Order: sequence, then C-alpha cells, then structure tokens
Amino acid sequence: MFLINCPFCGEREQSEFKAGGEAHIIRPKQPTELSDDEWAEYLFMRKNIKGVQFERWNHAHGCRKWFNVVRDTSNDEIKAVYKMGEKPPTI
Amino acid sequence: MMKNKYSIFSLIKNAFSYHENWQKAWKDPQPKKEYDVIIIGGGGHGLATAYYLAKKHDLKNIAVVEKGWIGGGNTGRNTTIIRSNYLWDASAGLYDHALKIWENLSQELNYNVMFSQRGVMNLAHNLQDVRDLKRRTHANRLNGIDAVYLNTQQVKEFCPIINTSPDIRYPVLGGTLQRRAGTARHDAVAWGYARGADEMGVDIIQNCEVKGIKRNNGAVEGIETTRGLIKTKKIGVVAAGHSSVIANMAGLKLPLESKPLQALVSEPVKPVIDTVVMSNAVHAYVSQSDKGELVIGAGTDDYVSYSQKGSHEIVEGTLNAILELYPIFSRMRMLRQWGGIVDICPDASPIVSKTNIKGLYFNCGWGTGGFKATPGSGDLFAHTIANDEPHKLNAAFNLNRFISGDLVDEHGAAAVAH
Repeated sequence: MFLINCPFCGEREQSEFKAGGEAHIIRPKQPTELSDDEWAEYLFMRKNIKGVQFERWNHAHGCRKWFNVVRDTSNDEIKAVYKMGEKPPTI
Repeated sequence: MMKNKYSIFSLIKNAFSYHENWQKAWKDPQPKKEYDVIIIGGGGHGLATAYYLAKKHDLKNIAVVEKGWIGGGNTGRNTTIIRSNYLWDASAGLYDHALKIWENLSQELNYNVMFSQRGVMNLAHNLQDVRDLKRRTHANRLNGIDAVYLNTQQVKEFCPIINTSPDIRYPVLGGTLQRRAGTARHDAVAWGYARGADEMGVDIIQNCEVKGIKRNNGAVEGIETTRGLIKTKKIGVVAAGHSSVIANMAGLKLPLESKPLQALVSEPVKPVIDTVVMSNAVHAYVSQSDKGELVIGAGTDDYVSYSQKGSHEIVEGTLNAILELYPIFSRMRMLRQWGGIVDICPDASPIVSKTNIKGLYFNCGWGTGGFKATPGSGDLFAHTIANDEPHKLNAAFNLNRFISGDLVDEHGAAAVAH
C-alpha cells in the first residue's frame, strides 16, 4: 500500500487508482503491416522491471484521468509523476 | 551417498539420542567449475526438475543455485492447494499429470509431504457460475478427471459451516467437488525433493545469486554468480516472480508481469473445516492446516511489484467474502499475513519451454497456482531440458504460443480469477 500523487487531485491512497501497466508502448501505426512477432511484442512482451519502471495509472475512483508514474518496483517508492503526453523525466 | 531411510524405526532410534544425530538431509557444497545442467531457483519446481533430471534422464552433474535458501520463495508462501480440475485439455493433462505423481510422492521420496486428499470444492454464486462450473465438470470427466457437481444442499452437507442462506449478498447456488484434490505440506515438498536430488549427486548451492548469463554465438556458456563463474551448456530457469529479471540478463523479454499475491493464517483452532473451499466470484478460499490454522488466500494486486507485500484492501476484500460465507469465523484473529511475487502470463497458463537461445530453458508463468503442479512441472521440465524438446504434456505451454496466438486461456476457467 502506498500513496500516489495524482497530478489533478493531489495525494491519494493507491486503492483509489487502477494500474495500467508499462507506459510508452506505442500502438502500431500500421497494424496490417505487422508480423506475428511484432504483434506478440506489442501485445504480450513486457519489461517487467525490478527497479525503476515507467507505468500508467488511472485515478479510477477520483478524476478518472490517466497519467504516468515512475516507480521503483522493488520497494514501491514513487520517483516522479507526469501527465500523459509530457516528456518522461530522466531518473 | 545413500541416505538413511526414514521410518518409524529411525524415528524411535533417534528419539534415544534426543534427535541430535539425524543425518543431514542435503550437503552444503562449494560450486564446481562446470556442470552439465544448472537450475536457477531452489524452490519446489526447481528442485523437482533437478530430481527428475538425475532420476529419469541419467544426468548426474547437476547444480541448483538459489539466491536465498531453498523453499524460501513462493514454495513456502502459497496456500498449499492441489487440484487438477482445469477446463482445457492441455491444462487438464498438465495438472492431472502432477496430481498422479502427488498421489505416490511421499513413498517415492521417502519423505512425508503430508498429501491429504480432502477434496476441493469450487462454489457458484450466480447463474453464469453454475453454467461454467457444470461445463467444467463435464470437460473434466471427459478428460478422466474426477469431478461432480453439487447443488446447494449437497454443498452444505459436504461442508456444514458454509452459510447457504439465500439472503447473503452472493448466495451459494451450487459447486463442484474434486475428491482427489486436497493439500500438501509445502516446505516438505521442497525438502523432500532436495534430499532426493542430493542423494543422487545434485549440488544444491544456496546463497548464490545469479548476476549474469554468459552467452556465445546464441548459446549459453555459464552463469555469473555472487559465488563466481560457473560454466554449463544448459540452464533451466525456474525463478517464479524473478523470471523476467533472469530473462533480461540473457537479453530476452517474456510475456510476464510480476505481482504481489497475499495469504494469511489465523490463530490455531480445533478442526472446523475438513476440505478446501474456493470461490471465484467473491475471491475467497480457505482450508485448515494440520496445526489448526485457517489458511486463507487473497488476490493479486493489479500493479507490478517485487516488494513481497500487497495492499491492505485486497486482504480486506477477501475477509469480507470469507465472513459472509462463514459467519462462524467472525471472531477469529489472524496471526500472520505475507506476500509472494507471482509471475502471470496474459493467458494465465504457465510457460515450460525452450527459448531461441541454445541451452536456455524457462519454466515460469505459473502465476497464482504453481504449487499444485510442482511434481509434474519438474518432471516435464526435466524431460524438456534433457531431450531439448518438450514432452507432449507441456508442448502446448511453449513460449511461441504468444506469437502463433495458440493461447491456453484458463483465465475464466481457472477456479479463482488471476
């Protein structure tokens, strides 16, 4: 259990949020051109990092907006929070 | 070296020396320079893999490397439930293979794993549950797996403490029962396999963390560890929640997410529930250990974490459901709560597979239900490593299925949602 600082609402309990998984996985621009390997990479393969991970969260029981979080998955410590479309911070 | 056989006589004999002269169950060897096969991960699955490699495939120069102590990961953290009532043919084959080994495992290992076929009941709380569970019962029986469907009255007869009142939030409309299913003593499984593997010459190397996978021309050459370089041509990775971390060392990405899964036990009480009851819809499962504690499993958190602790509301949600179904537990006090890190595949089925790196094999993705498969998983993974190709029972659980699309989608069909 930890607190997340929603960029729109401020600090709230993690239970108000829904995790959206790894961030910055770019949706293919030409899906029909993709090989099976590329589809697998896009749909299923994940870095699943132990350490600092960039991920998406949704304030499901609050403003319902999506944003990005940089979190250390080994101890759940949050390093940074930034809005969708913003440049990811260097950690 | 042959182990002294455990028996009632050895127990009596050792009682005379105050149990101070028991033979060591496994050695504590220094790593050799080179092994034929190295298993990364000294949990139940890894130790079983080493055991069957030595026993059935005539390989003797084997090491199991473990970063902590054997059985200290998910093997010692699960709720010990064993069953094989899976919907799809591939899963049914895999898990029933394991269940058949469980049935004779204590004798095979000369180690009491306390396998108890007390039955596992899966409850239905809405009409769709009823349809799904009936379908699963039929599918199980077509696969030769024992399964019966029970109505509400029969559920109550089989487990009298369940609240079957139609007035509760999610009333019990029925359930399935697999009588061959049950529980086992989780630590004993790791220790029994370790003792058996050690007897056949397997080196079990604890406190040895893998830091890198050495490769050359697309083939493995060895592992870098905290206790130095160890050479090998075959590596079997059985690292559960840390599978992606090891994969990353070899430049591989896996279709896994590692998440905290929690469990808790109560204070010990007299026997009150003599079976295992699981409920998918309200996410609660409970059994009673031989010590008398209620063993309760909660769900996973939805975020990736390696911190071995989960969120409080997950436990709270599970206990709400438990109390609605078993009002008799309302004053029970919980003694301990803990988390383990489970590696979950998108289709909630495991990966027991070769990779595109020669000599590198993965046994992972067991998610929230790996303990039950321990003997079968070890047996089939040993076959895969020894022959460099899968056994027919684990052929469907290859890594390539995420590219071909031939998934084994047990998500909705497993007894408890992942």
